Amino acid sequence: MAKELWKGNEAMAEAAIRAGLKCYFGYPITPQSEIPEYFSLHLPEHGGVFLQAESEIAAINMVYGAAGSGVRTMTSSSSPGISLKQEGISYIAGSELPCVILNVMRGGPGLGTIQPAQGDYFQATRGGGNGDYRVIVLAPANVQEATDLMRLAFDLADKYRMPAMILADGMIGQMMEPVEWPDEPTPEPIAKPWATTGTKGERRHNIINSLFMEPEACARHNEKLDQKYRTVAANETRFELIGDEEPEILFAAFGTPSRLARAAGKILEEEDGIKTAVFRPISLWPYPYDALYDAINQESVKAVVTVELNTGQMLDDVKIANQGSKPISFIGKAGGMIPTPREIAVAAKEALGRK
Amino acid sequence: MAYNEIIFSGFGGQGVMAMGQTLAETGMREGLNVSWLPSYGPEMRGGTANCSVVVADSEIISPTVSEPTILVAMNQPSLAKFSANVRPGGHIFVNSSVVDEKVERDDVTVHYVDSGKIAAELGNDRVANMVMLGAVVGATQLMDLKAVQKMMSEIFTGKKAKLVQLNVDAIQRGADSVS
Repeated sequence: MAKELWKGNEAMAEAAIRAGLKCYFGYPITPQSEIPEYFSLHLPEHGGVFLQAESEIAAINMVYGAAGSGVRTMTSSSSPGISLKQEGISYIAGSELPCVILNVMRGGPGLGTIQPAQGDYFQATRGGGNGDYRVIVLAPANVQEATDLMRLAFDLADKYRMPAMILADGMIGQMMEPVEWPDEPTPEPIAKPWATTGTKGERRHNIINSLFMEPEACARHNEKLDQKYRTVAANETRFELIGDEEPEILFAAFGTPSRLARAAGKILEEEDGIKTAVFRPISLWPYPYDALYDAINQESVKAVVTVELNTGQMLDDVKIANQGSKPISFIGKAGGMIPTPREIAVAAKEALGRK
Repeated sequence: MAYNEIIFSGFGGQGVMAMGQTLAETGMREGLNVSWLPSYGPEMRGGTANCSVVVADSEIISPTVSEPTILVAMNQPSLAKFSANVRPGGHIFVNSSVVDEKVERDDVTVHYVDSGKIAAELGNDRVANMVMLGAVVGATQLMDLKAVQKMMSEIFTGKKAKLVQLNVDAIQRGADSVS
């Protein structure tokens, strides 16, 4: 396939259609409004349903219903809109239904700003809704990967019967980069014997619910979920490690900031001869703790520098992975501003005690 | 072919986004790696709009551009905002139809392009951006000028096909103005 120049938001929407999306429910918000716009035009052409809901809360509950009927379904929004969806996400996770949620993050808290940010890391990976539940969280760093992860998100959601989230920053949504579409057909829907599709008098009715009146039953349900999440954690971590094989500085960053960190690494190499590498988690939950621990504990690594478009959220997971082994510092900006590679390079030199 | 980091900047409505997109799209078709990152939001309403374009024959590291190798300033605020950050040895293209100021740097090549006047001579003020793009490609040899001109027939189709020749001419006049 030839390369085509795509805007991130539209590319992710197209990727969802190619992944077999049948029902999209959403409500416009910058910087992701091109997504519902694209679906409104193109999803019906593929036999799907586009519906602009009256609110974000309505949209996520429509996703709940559509997921229960067994079709591939998704919603998308940006930070404040994703906050509104949290109750629904908890219900969907509790009911063990597959769906995809796309968050093109902007600055917060509250209404914040429409510029790119990564302030929703805690919300995505720790759960913004109530209860002991998990959501698979995937973070793309370029437009091509955003399309690839969209397909993966649907596959993982179906495989484990749980919500999967794409956590992108505003830059991924707004920028244009070449995309090469994989030469593979839209997958056939997998069998979902649990779906509420009508008994036709031939089977007992299926029940989709997150309510358990008996505490024993609710405890059993939580144990079952926990077992599932442990399986996902053991099998579905994804990451990328790029750079020098013997780095002094190990950057840790997800999404677009991983590219800023690589640009900083180029400055450090060219101007100061400092070798660097970038560890980029692709799955934010489950987090690749073991791989990061191994990367940090290469003998050459003197300091770990975490780069984020927030005030230090993934930093907590880097600390968990680090287990106190190497010094960790942080550089980031929140609220829609983006640190320059040079600012990141300066922070890295400071981490080494150099000027 | 080097690693080119370009900022196109100007007032909303001057066609800076289209300049960047045209260059990125052409670069991709010429087999280069490209990225296009727009500023978006309130900046675009009346203030300065800008986009960052990276064109390279190696892998593109970051789509953000903070130290451009090429700056295209279509208005005075853009020149004021970005000119100090242009890398030594780089190029600054000043839209001298709108900007009176001279760039006081001797470590970069400055091109003053009277894009508005050239566009007016072609009979359409709105092609000033393509005049400027022609100047950029002509002076820097970023890619084949003919490839950029060929893109016009991909961009202007249907009812707009009549604009192809005008834009092709605009690109040529821009390139000629800096040769």
